[in-house]
Amino acid sequence: MTDTNVAVENQDIPVQAPEETPPAKKSTAVDAISRKQLAVKILVQIALYTFLTLMAITVLFPFYWMLISSVKTQGEYEATIPTFWPQQFKWENYLYLFVNVPEDNVYIANEFNLGKLFLNTVLVGVVSTLLSLVLTVLSAYAFARLEFKGKNAVFAAMLATMMLPGELFTISNYVTVSGLGWLHDGMGVFTALVVPFLVSVFYIYLLRQNFMQIPNELYLAAKVDGTSDLKYLWKVMIPLSAPTLISITILKMMGAWNGYIWPNLVGQGVFELVTVGLRGAGFQNAAGDTLYPVQMAAIVLVTLPLLLVFIFLRKYIMHGVSRSGIKG
Amino acid sequence: MDEMVQEPAAIEEPVAGEAPVAEEIGTQDGGKKPPLSKEEKKIRRERVMRVIKPWLYLLPTLVVLAVFTVWPIINTVRMAFLADLRDVSAGGDPIGYDFLKDMGGMYNFEFTFQNFAYVVGYEGFLTALGNTMLLTVVTVPVSTMLALLIAVALNSIKPLRKVFQTIFFLPYVTNSIAIGMVFMAMFQMIGYSPASPPTSVGIVNTIIEAFGGTAINWVNEGSSYWANMSVLFFYIIWNALPFKILVLLGGLQGVNKQYYDAAKVDGASRVRIFWKITVPLLSPMIAYVVITGFIGGFKEYTSIVGIFGEKYMGPPGSMGKPLNTMVGLVYDSIKSNQGSASAAALILFVIIFVVTMLNLYVSKKKVHY
Repeated sequence: MTDTNVAVENQDIPVQAPEETPPAKKSTAVDAISRKQLAVKILVQIALYTFLTLMAITVLFPFYWMLISSVKTQGEYEATIPTFWPQQFKWENYLYLFVNVPEDNVYIANEFNLGKLFLNTVLVGVVSTLLSLVLTVLSAYAFARLEFKGKNAVFAAMLATMMLPGELFTISNYVTVSGLGWLHDGMGVFTALVVPFLVSVFYIYLLRQNFMQIPNELYLAAKVDGTSDLKYLWKVMIPLSAPTLISITILKMMGAWNGYIWPNLVGQGVFELVTVGLRGAGFQNAAGDTLYPVQMAAIVLVTLPLLLVFIFLRKYIMHGVSRSGIKG
Repeated sequence: MDEMVQEPAAIEEPVAGEAPVAEEIGTQDGGKKPPLSKEEKKIRRERVMRVIKPWLYLLPTLVVLAVFTVWPIINTVRMAFLADLRDVSAGGDPIGYDFLKDMGGMYNFEFTFQNFAYVVGYEGFLTALGNTMLLTVVTVPVSTMLALLIAVALNSIKPLRKVFQTIFFLPYVTNSIAIGMVFMAMFQMIGYSPASPPTSVGIVNTIIEAFGGTAINWVNEGSSYWANMSVLFFYIIWNALPFKILVLLGGLQGVNKQYYDAAKVDGASRVRIFWKITVPLLSPMIAYVVITGFIGGFKEYTSIVGIFGEKYMGPPGSMGKPLNTMVGLVYDSIKSNQGSASAAALILFVIIFVVTMLNLYVSKKKVHY
């Protein structure tokens, strides 16, 4: 509970600070009190930074370990005393993920071809994001700008489906896509990966809220100028809602990148996405030894794009996340 | 814009919305001065369009929702309550594959509880239920408390706050399968088999030994249930922190500083301020992260797959998936027996629903708005 004390103490420091300085010059008694308060303040700050640093190390350590392990040699990885910095950098670990290297007796690329997995994933991500954006924009527009009977009922019903856990849908959707004959070839699996998730009620909701903030006068003015609805949507509403649309795009792409359960269910062995391939691969050389550093290299390449997206597009991710609590 | 004048009684928005379409129809009809009947036709068509147009916008969405959201709700309930058709599926299609064929009388629609009885009686059911409960009950309170402390600490510092905030958010944007595999690597003893000592005890054990502890078999063959569970607790909490910190820090930044001034004047202790001011003022956010945490906890699955793999759902070589969860139970039978998978999913849904209602009931009493 010491951390608790520490944390709360600090809440009032900004308030206290101006009070303590002026009287300090007047009397020694007050001086002693303020000095004591200053000492407490410094101690509290030290404790806070220590706590946060320890937590930050815990959060960062897996990333650090993944990075350094990915360039270690197999021998160094298995060393009795683990090294915290590679003695020798073995960049070939990354090469093994894309091509076979007969001189090292490594044929991992036969079973786990990262290039192909990346391509599959990006393809699914881009197609599903684009189609999903079209559907989301059209629906959000209808709910935000058009008047029709049953609008509120339909919208409420859609929001209600958000409360149901995804597992309830997965079983029947698996039955549906296999009944439609989508699970036999790559193209079918691709369809099965894209179509069932085209509609996200949450994104429609998010965009509708955004559309509704755009003043109706703009719309009426455009009407007077003879602008068609679709043109108005394209020229005015979409540019004005760009941040939300970018958030949706990023979260949707991240979803494709991180998806495991459904891609594993429908695509295993036929059309695999990157997470499924990563979990399923053995990373063994021809002698049957598991090459852990190579596995770590694969994990680095799967994780890195996400971290880069986060670093450069942080604002948009936060924008979506803080409203949803939905991962991907 | 003639149309707008002709129909002054109509509601503003639909008229405006329909104008261009009406114009198009008008030009299609040709002539600047069409006969009255044509004008009437135009108005009628316009009216029809006004009704149809919103539905045209919604059509693709509604079709996808109908097939992949509404039908599954009906079908899951239907499959769960149908007679256990595993025998039928052995001779042909598994249950539910061809709904139309079902309609043709291939199956009788006898409502039974066979699937539920089968799931509850299944030997892995209690294991899965117990694991799910345990993971939730441990990780939700611990991660909420930890996130609260971190959020309060972050709110009390100035330099480096942004840096820390970014670091604490990192686990959120990672792939939980991939990082689960990193956790496996960190806890793993390398070159270990029950018969021979490992070449390396692994990085986590090395750190433990550096602090004077003894190495533990966390995840390797023959490791104990509690060792496995500890690794899962650690990973799930690590993974759950970012979202909770984000929400709680957002809440803290909205708190009025005057409450703290008042408490300071009254000479309240720091512990007292934390429990009597910070926690009550943050209670709506705390309730939110606890409720979503419980829902997420009951759906735990990929963390375990990430660390232990789908095949064993436990340390290598273990039998009967000792670390399976309720969601895992659903996916185990999704390809072979959709009836019991549906029944298991419904049981899970009811549990989540009841727990969420309990949470809401408690938070209604405790949350200070």
